[in-house]
Amino acid sequence: MSRRRLSGFRAQLLWMALVLCAAAAFAQDAKGWPQRVPEKDRQRVDPYSGHADAIAAGAKLYAQHCSKCHGENLEGSGNKPSLHSEAVQQATDGELFWMLKNGDLRHGMPSWSSLPEPARWQIIAFIRSAKTPMNEP
Amino acid sequence: MFLFARTCLLRLSWGALFVSLLFLCQNAQAQEPPYFVTYSHALEEPDNLEVAFKGTQGAPKYGNSFAGGTLELEYGARAWWTTEVYLSGQTTANDSTVFTGFRWENRFRPLLEEHWINPVFYVEYEDHNTADRSLLEVVGHDSVSDLRIGNAEARKDVEHEMEMKLILSSNAKGWNFSENFISEKNVTQSEPWEFGYALGASRPLSLKATARKCVFCIENFAAGAELYGGLGDSDGFGLKQTSHYFGPNIQWNLPNGPAITFSPNIGLNDNSLGVLYRVGVSYEVQQLFGRFHRGRGGLR
Repeated sequence: MSRRRLSGFRAQLLWMALVLCAAAAFAQDAKGWPQRVPEKDRQRVDPYSGHADAIAAGAKLYAQHCSKCHGENLEGSGNKPSLHSEAVQQATDGELFWMLKNGDLRHGMPSWSSLPEPARWQIIAFIRSAKTPMNEP
Repeated sequence: MFLFARTCLLRLSWGALFVSLLFLCQNAQAQEPPYFVTYSHALEEPDNLEVAFKGTQGAPKYGNSFAGGTLELEYGARAWWTTEVYLSGQTTANDSTVFTGFRWENRFRPLLEEHWINPVFYVEYEDHNTADRSLLEVVGHDSVSDLRIGNAEARKDVEHEMEMKLILSSNAKGWNFSENFISEKNVTQSEPWEFGYALGASRPLSLKATARKCVFCIENFAAGAELYGGLGDSDGFGLKQTSHYFGPNIQWNLPNGPAITFSPNIGLNDNSLGVLYRVGVSYEVQQLFGRFHRGRGGLR
């Protein structure tokens, strides 16, 4: 095999690798976010679940950081999703925590990793405690 | 000199207050660490605009006291991309008050999930004269002697520079650790590449929020420290013949209000100012163009 043909073959291999990487990235993106959460993160449980003080603190943090996008009553606004949605209500504490930490940068959800962990759990305690519109009298 | 410093700080405070009042009708709270020079991987949230004023005050030995001011407009273009414009000016005792130039920077997060170390690419175009006293970074052989040059002479030397930074940043146990590696090149004059560094560590004073609304709660405060300086240039790399500073930072995030940051920076060698005082006021306007935004939401 001549050197020229070899370099052409290498170039083809490189292109194939790039296409595979792009396809893998697309496939990863096409999955819903809960499917992207590693198993050990998914299993985590909110240490403040049901704690009245933590829920009140979470409500305060939610109002400061989240309500402008997701609405004062978690109803969403414009193209920002409602936190009463099925995906959020069915997500585990760990999946919600993973989403707050990592965000979904590609789709506009910022990472909140600079909020300390206990503060993030407080927000999740508040989201869990919030009644969905169907539950309201 | 004390009178001058007091006057300058008063002016800075009035400027900061003005910027804050402009947006008092909005409801906002930033989540950035209390750094002045170091950047972390916390980008501006999409469609949020942060208006910040950063002031410096120093008195070089054998030179006139100065006060520098920079207005920063930081916009979250995407969750992974922040763009920012800086407008700088300064006033020098026994000399004059001058506009010193502008900068436009962009920060990109190449990795879309959190890791132990999170890189951010920073690219900036600078168009400023050497009368600039904002000291937003120290590079090359920057020295206190540069700060003794009179405004009339310094204004003649206009620099057009490209600056690139590699920002590495980690969040762990409430702490933020950030390391910045800076390189800068004058694009109109044949000068060597200049290098610098900035390191920062910070932590909120409380990791949990309290249930009640409060102004002076410990959770509203963050503290940290910064170390920054030059690393010479491509003709002479190293820590010598340049300036280095270290200082503690304290930040107060007023609920539904601005964040106020203060830091006294101590010069670590003879090429540095003895003490450089920094004060910052920032305010975040959330969802500036929200109603026109056509992007997709994240939690689906």
